[in-house]
Amino acid sequence: MSGSSATEARPRRHRTTALGGILLTPRQRQALSVASIAGALFLWWGLTRIGLINPVLLPSPGEVFDSFVSSSLDGSLPRHVWASLLRVIEGFVLALAIALPVGVAMGMSQVVRGIVEPLIELIRPIPPIAIIPIAMLWFGIGEFSKVFIIMYGAFFPILVNTMAGFREVDPIHIRAAQTLGATRLQIFRDVILRSAFPYMVVGARLGMGLAFIVLVAAELIASSVGLGYLINDARYRFRTDEILLGMVCIGILGFLLNKLLLEADRRIVRWRAARERQG
Amino acid sequence: MPGTKIDIREVGVAFASRLVNHPVVALEDVSLGIEEGEFVCLLGPSGCGKTTLLNAIAGFIEPTGGQIRVAGRAVDGPGPDRGMVFQEYGLFPWFTVEQNIQYGPRLKGLPKDEISRISRHYVELVHLAGFEHHYPNELSGGMKQRVGIARALANQPEILLMDEPFGALDAQTRERMQDELLRLWEAERRTCVFVTHSIAEAIFLADRVILLTARPGRIKRDIRVAIARPRDRTSEAFFALYREVNTLLREEIQRASEEGDERVVGD
Repeated sequence: MSGSSATEARPRRHRTTALGGILLTPRQRQALSVASIAGALFLWWGLTRIGLINPVLLPSPGEVFDSFVSSSLDGSLPRHVWASLLRVIEGFVLALAIALPVGVAMGMSQVVRGIVEPLIELIRPIPPIAIIPIAMLWFGIGEFSKVFIIMYGAFFPILVNTMAGFREVDPIHIRAAQTLGATRLQIFRDVILRSAFPYMVVGARLGMGLAFIVLVAAELIASSVGLGYLINDARYRFRTDEILLGMVCIGILGFLLNKLLLEADRRIVRWRAARERQG
Repeated sequence: MPGTKIDIREVGVAFASRLVNHPVVALEDVSLGIEEGEFVCLLGPSGCGKTTLLNAIAGFIEPTGGQIRVAGRAVDGPGPDRGMVFQEYGLFPWFTVEQNIQYGPRLKGLPKDEISRISRHYVELVHLAGFEHHYPNELSGGMKQRVGIARALANQPEILLMDEPFGALDAQTRERMQDELLRLWEAERRTCVFVTHSIAEAIFLADRVILLTARPGRIKRDIRVAIARPRDRTSEAFFALYREVNTLLREEIQRASEEGDERVVGD
């Protein structure tokens, strides 16, 4: 019995992927990422340098960086970033606060699901952009209509994934908890919510991604601050460097927020990653 | 009846089926008394309803006829007095080995030091020391099932129900687990009901082998295994009993295939 772990075999580690491709270490993958971004920047720089592209339409990376420095120094860029970030977070948190309980209720009750699902299925195909006019009429052009539109964009992925999580609950886990003496409430807390949780995290990540996409649309309408406003305003002034700066900022911000949620996912749902950690 | 732990009386179970338009009878008129501390194996061809009977004792399904009493009380849903070990382990993947084993005692509201004393005891008993903080998906099949057994035992059930617990394991791990299980059973002498389709497993483990017929499942033979433990899987007595049970089981498998077999899920 002792030394059992030695006799129970683990899969052999191959140097190639299942299809024969090269298998990289995490370090090598990182190096490739850095090289890829550096290469793209170099290509961009080179194209503008040799004058192949009209610099008015595509300014060089240096010019975008210059405008990054100047707008950071005069405090306008941080103001835009902060305004956008706040809107995304407000809309996202609002979406979580509504979609999670509704998703849980739909997952737990066939009656609730029967009532809510047809409505959701009809509203879901309406893209957030199409919500903008009615949101403006209802809530004016103030802060709330933007937060509302972002909330709308983030809402469905969270809801749909939460519901999916409840369908994935393995009946054997419920039976196991029952034979260990769990009450219905304890089964809900220790089995059902636990099973559905990874799906909620996935929903949150997708929701956050959509919140970002919708942000720019919401800010394009009527606003005086934010990254979407920055881009739109720069267009009127024909400042392509500022347009690109705004785009890059949105890309980086979205990337960082997604990383943050991925990290939260990895920490909270440790048991899922356990196998990868070991291997 | 004094000493009778599980009293199964004229139990029948029928399922509604989507494949045929009449109810499928999984079990019919099963009466069986299991003594306190007895190790009973339910053996039969696949689809004979042995798991159905176990699930009825566990309280997962309600018999359509008859009654099951455990320690004098009629079974009315699952409960912590009847611990269960599942073929597919049923471990909570979000809990570590230790958290899985501690779950039952924690639900009982035992004091913290008592809970950790119990879990230490069972972790050692099933030889998982050093793996307390691993998650189930980091373990091999044999180790997972040892957690499953420890989790069930740590809750101090009066009865241990096991549904083909070693069915997913390879032959060698399986025999080792059988040795282990007997050692655990001899230490605590809990009443044990064990479902298997392996004749050798049943003869090796059980005080009594209950052989069920092909569907609808009835008791075909109640066989007392009179071989002293520890049993030698290669002894003459073992082989003799194996041959006898094998002949009986073959009859049922034969009968099942001759009847064209409306095999429907439910086992």
